[in-house]
Amino acid sequence: MRFMMFMYPQIEEEDWNPTPEAVAAMGRYNEELQKAGMLLSLDGLRPPSDGGNVLFDAESKATIVDGPFTEAKEVVGGYWLIQARSKEEALEWASRCPDSNCRIEVRRVFEMEDFPQEVQDAYEGP
Amino acid sequence: MTEATRAIEAVWRIESARLIAGLARMVGDVGLAEDLAQDALLAALEKWPGDGVPDNPGAWLMATAKNRAIDRLRREKTYERKREEIAYETGALFAMERSDFEAAADEEVGDDLLALIFTCCHPLLSREARAALTLRLLGGLATPEIARAFLASEATVAQRLVRAKRALREAKVPFEVPRGAELEERLPSVLEVIYLVFNEGYAASAGTDWVRRDLCEEALRLGRILAELAPRQPEVHGLIALLEIQASRLAARHGPGGEPVLLLDQDRARWDPLLIVRGRRALERAEELPGPLGPYGLQAAIAACHARALRAEDTDWVRIAALYDVLAQVQPSPVVELNRAVALGMAFGPEAGLALLDELAGEKELANYHLLPSVRGDLLAKAGREDEAAAEFRRAAEMTENERERELLLSRARRPGG
Repeated sequence: MRFMMFMYPQIEEEDWNPTPEAVAAMGRYNEELQKAGMLLSLDGLRPPSDGGNVLFDAESKATIVDGPFTEAKEVVGGYWLIQARSKEEALEWASRCPDSNCRIEVRRVFEMEDFPQEVQDAYEGP
Repeated sequence: MTEATRAIEAVWRIESARLIAGLARMVGDVGLAEDLAQDALLAALEKWPGDGVPDNPGAWLMATAKNRAIDRLRREKTYERKREEIAYETGALFAMERSDFEAAADEEVGDDLLALIFTCCHPLLSREARAALTLRLLGGLATPEIARAFLASEATVAQRLVRAKRALREAKVPFEVPRGAELEERLPSVLEVIYLVFNEGYAASAGTDWVRRDLCEEALRLGRILAELAPRQPEVHGLIALLEIQASRLAARHGPGGEPVLLLDQDRARWDPLLIVRGRRALERAEELPGPLGPYGLQAAIAACHARALRAEDTDWVRIAALYDVLAQVQPSPVVELNRAVALGMAFGPEAGLALLDELAGEKELANYHLLPSVRGDLLAKAGREDEAAAEFRRAAEMTENERERELLLSRARRPGG
């Protein structure tokens, strides 16, 4: 099974400039995940000001909007996608992250088989 | 199972292989190392629910295991023991004092793990014993889980494990990573085990049988670990490339009723793009290393051809046929020839495939293999020889042991052209 680990830095956006030491420690952690055969993919995300939001109304009409919508502390700063054998194992890996002042949310990824057959049949994308 | 026990089990899954590997380096015996590690696990189950999981659980387990080793030795020394065993364990104790796990560099830990993989997959053990021992010591799986994986009884698996560990001990197999030519010589026996574990899961991964899917993931994990530990070996990357790409098709291999869906009929939207990308990247790593692709790398290259085609009709069969030509030279086998016949049929027309099948007609290895008449039927149908095709499909249906496959073949026998 797969888990997505979302990293929420609990600091202001302008402080998103990690020290070389912090980056080195994170590199070692990522390497541990890789060596354990758990890591599927990972990325760090730039601040929300470099992106944007698309809002959908009840008729599914999309509107592109600028501007932050959430508290800085509720903004995802990066993620890891890992393969783990249980929720507990994913949580244990998350708890080994060397970062400080942050929150890591661990979420299990849906598999196609989790959906009812008619939903599976309707799906045609990758 | 309580929450605390589940958390300890998770730590165990993460730490056990490194722990056993480190201990095995000290005591020179994987069986004894496993016993010591188990002692440490029991101590953790006693302590951690009350005290909480320590900050560095791996180091805690190692320190505890070492203490247990010394306790054991003292206790056992007071009894009358065979002189040989005393000498053996005293030697182990001296070795332990010389080494310090926590100070061990990353590289050494990696070396220990690699030594553990090579020891578990030692060629003196049968394939089944190697696979069971690998799942046990590297995967941290309990005996009942291994039994479920191999559809064997727990007693059989338990005995298989005991015998394997005894065989390694009696043969005095050194706990080390083979070097140079010996490494190349012993690598296939490791790769074979990972491939076997994957196929146990893949062959029967029907429906929602999570055990089977877990087994595929465990093989992928072992393969990825090996790729990190032995990055200069092209076949390691070849194997992991093959497994990643095959695993990408897991969700597409069975229909709603659990019936098998053949590669060319699969809904490619269900192929997992992430695993395909990972597989292709691993294949690139294999190709970048010096030397030609080995059997796993070639099979991965073939799998990658299928993965590249967005629709079945886009498949580059000429390239696949060429890759099978090379594979047939590197690893000659009737099954490879059979696959080559399929590729030739797709690339150059059914007659080309049928010509090769005629050469295979007398192969003993294929005498009871239902895919031979099945492939033949398919090629005959494509050549418009429907009566002959129907006869081949019926013959294949008689030969297969899989009920769903039999149904599929019989329905083709009724409508060989469609």
